[in-house]
Amino acid sequence: MSEALVATQAPEASASGASGARRFWRRLRTQRAATVAAGIVALLVLVALAAPLLTTLEGQDPTTYHPSLIDSARGGVPTGSLGGISGRHWLGVEPQTGRDLFARLVYGARVSLGVAFSATVLQVVIGLVVGVAAALGGGWIDQVLSRITDIFVALPLMIMSLALLAIVPQSFPRPVLVTLVIGLISWGNIAKIVRAQTLTLKGLDYVAAARLSGWGAWRIARRELLPGLAAPVITYASILIPVNISVEAALSFLGIGVKPPTPSWGQMLTAADVWYQAAPQYLLLPAGALFVTVLALTVLGDGVRTALDPRAASRLGVGTGRTRAAVTTSTATSTATSTSTATATAAAKEESE
Amino acid sequence: MNGFGGFLMRRTIGTLATLLAISVIVYVVFYVTPGNVAQITCGPRCSPEQVHQVAQQLHLDDPLYVRYWHFLQGLVAGQDYSTGTSVEHCSAPCLGLSYQTDQQVLSIILTRLPVSLSLVFGAMVLWLVLGVGTGVLSVWRRGRLTERVLTGLTLAGWATPVFVIGLVLMIVVCGELQLLPFPQYVKFTDDPEQWAWNLLLPWLSLALIESASFARMTRASMLETLAEDHIRTFRAYGVGERSIVGRHALRGALAPVIALNANNFGSAVGGAVLTETLFGLPGLGQELVHAVSVVDLPVVVGMVLVIGFFVVLANAVADVLYAVADRRVVLT
Repeated sequence: MSEALVATQAPEASASGASGARRFWRRLRTQRAATVAAGIVALLVLVALAAPLLTTLEGQDPTTYHPSLIDSARGGVPTGSLGGISGRHWLGVEPQTGRDLFARLVYGARVSLGVAFSATVLQVVIGLVVGVAAALGGGWIDQVLSRITDIFVALPLMIMSLALLAIVPQSFPRPVLVTLVIGLISWGNIAKIVRAQTLTLKGLDYVAAARLSGWGAWRIARRELLPGLAAPVITYASILIPVNISVEAALSFLGIGVKPPTPSWGQMLTAADVWYQAAPQYLLLPAGALFVTVLALTVLGDGVRTALDPRAASRLGVGTGRTRAAVTTSTATSTATSTSTATATAAAKEESE
Repeated sequence: MNGFGGFLMRRTIGTLATLLAISVIVYVVFYVTPGNVAQITCGPRCSPEQVHQVAQQLHLDDPLYVRYWHFLQGLVAGQDYSTGTSVEHCSAPCLGLSYQTDQQVLSIILTRLPVSLSLVFGAMVLWLVLGVGTGVLSVWRRGRLTERVLTGLTLAGWATPVFVIGLVLMIVVCGELQLLPFPQYVKFTDDPEQWAWNLLLPWLSLALIESASFARMTRASMLETLAEDHIRTFRAYGVGERSIVGRHALRGALAPVIALNANNFGSAVGGAVLTETLFGLPGLGQELVHAVSVVDLPVVVGMVLVIGFFVVLANAVADVLYAVADRRVVLT
C-alpha cells in the first residue's frame, strides 16, 4: 500500500522539479527543530570552509608547537590560567604541545565534516549504481549483485574499518583513507533501498512508455528513474552523515583514523581524559562539537525525512506548525542504526499487510 | 521449498555463504597488502632467517587461492607450525599463529572472549530495560512533558559518541565524586561482586548509547500499533489505557525490538571496542586495536573473522526470531 503511495508521489515530484523542491523547503521550514538544526549545520559548514580565514584572524595555525606556553616540569600543563586562554589563543592551548586549540577545533571541523560528507557521497554513488544495475539488469545480474549487497550489509563497519586501516601504509593521506574505508564498506543498505524503489518505478507506465519509445537503459535510468529515487536516497543519506561523523570520530579516537598533526575531533579526545582538571576545555570542546554536530544533523535528517515522506507529512499534520517528527517510523529507525535486515523485514512486513 | 523449514534452510545457506565471503575478503585483503608480508607478519624485530621461515609457513610462494585453501584447512582440521626448534600443533579451529607474541591466535581470542561477553551481554540487559522502558513510558505519557523530556534525552543519547559518555562518566564518577575506583577488570569466577562493580561504568556507557535506538524503535512501533483498528475496538469495549499501552501496543513492538537487538549487535560490538579501549578492559576489542596498531596480521585476521562470525550469526538469528515473532512477515 505504502509503496503505491510513494510511487504515485515520485513521478509527480519529478514532473515539476522546481515546485517539488519548493514544497520540500516549505515542509522543512514548518518544522521548528529542523529549521534550527539546519541553521546550526550551515554554521558548522561555514566554519569548516572558513577555517583558514578564522585562524588567520586569530593569528595562529593548528600545527605550530608553543613550548613556551606549557609547563614541562608539571608534565606539559598549559602555563596560563584557564588552560592558557588569552587574546592570542582564544580557546587556550593543547597540553604537552602548546598547539592552538581554536585552530585545531576549526580545522577539525574540516576533517570531521569533510570525511563524513565525502564518505556519504561515495556510499550513495555506489549504492545507486549497484541498486539500479541490479533492478534493471534482472535475472542473474540481480542475483549476483543482491548477494554481494547482502554480504556488505552484514559486514561490521567498525571492525572492518579497523582492520583495513591497519594494512594501508602510513604515507597514504589518512582522511582520504578513512573516507574510502567507510564509503567502500557500508553502501549495502542504500543499494537495497535503491533496488527496491527502482523495481517499483520500473513497473510504472511512464517508464514502460519510455522503454517502448526505444530509450536505452542508461537514458531511462538517468531521466526517468533518478528523479523518483531522489526522495528515498536523500532521506537515507541524511541519516548516514551523522553516523559517518561518529564512525570517523571513533576511529580517530582509537588512534587508527586521522592521525596527528592533522586535527580531528575524535582524535583530540584521545588524550583528553588525562588533562580534564588542568585544561577542561581540551575535553569539553571537541566532545561538545561532536555532540552538537551529530545532534543537529540527526534532527535535520528527521526533518528531511518528514518533508519528503508524504505519508509521515500528512499523518503528522505538518504545516500546522508542529515540531519534530512525532512518529519515527520503524523503517527510518532501523536504517539509522545501519542495521541489515530490519530494513528488509520492515519492507517485507509492509508488503504482507 | 516453502514454509518455515525452507526459510530456515535458505537463511542458513545464506549465512554460511556470507561467512565464507567475509573470510575470503579478509584473507585476500590482508595477504595482498603492499610490502613484505612475511616481514610485516613476523614483526619488526625478526631476523632474516625468521622472516624466511614465516614466508615458508604462510606458503607465500604459492598462488593466493592455494594459501587460502591452506588457511581453510587449518580452520577445519588444524595445522602444524614449526617454531624453529620444535613443532607446535595448532588444533582445529586453527586461526594461525601470532609470530610477534608466539601465541596461537585462538588462545589469545579465548582468553579475552569472557571479558567482551561480560561487557556486551551485561550491557544488553541494561539497554533493553532502559530502551524499552523509556519507549513505553513516553507512549504512556504521550502529549505530556514526560514525553518531551524523554524524547529529548533519547535524541541526546543517540547523538553522543560512546567514548564521550564513557569519558564523562569516568571523570565524574571516578575522578570528581570518587564513588567508584577506576574500573579494573576482575574475573567473574574470582569475585562476582567486584566483577559487577568494575563493569558498572562500561555497562552504563554502552547501554546509554544503545538504548536510544531501542527507545525510538519501541515508541515508533507502539504508536503505529495504537493507530490500528483493533486498538480502537478495544477502546470501544472499554479496555483501560494501561492495558492498551502495556499489553496490546507493547506486543506490536516486540518483533521490531527483537530484530533491532540482533541487528544492532554489529554496532554494539563496535561500541564495545571503544568501551574496552577507554576503560582498559582486556577484551577482544582492546586486543584488536592493539593488534592493528602493531600490525600483527594473523591476530587481526583471526579477530575479524571471529567477531564477524558473531555479528553475522546474530543477524541470521534476528531474521528467524522476527519471522517467529511476527507471522505476518513474508518469508523470502
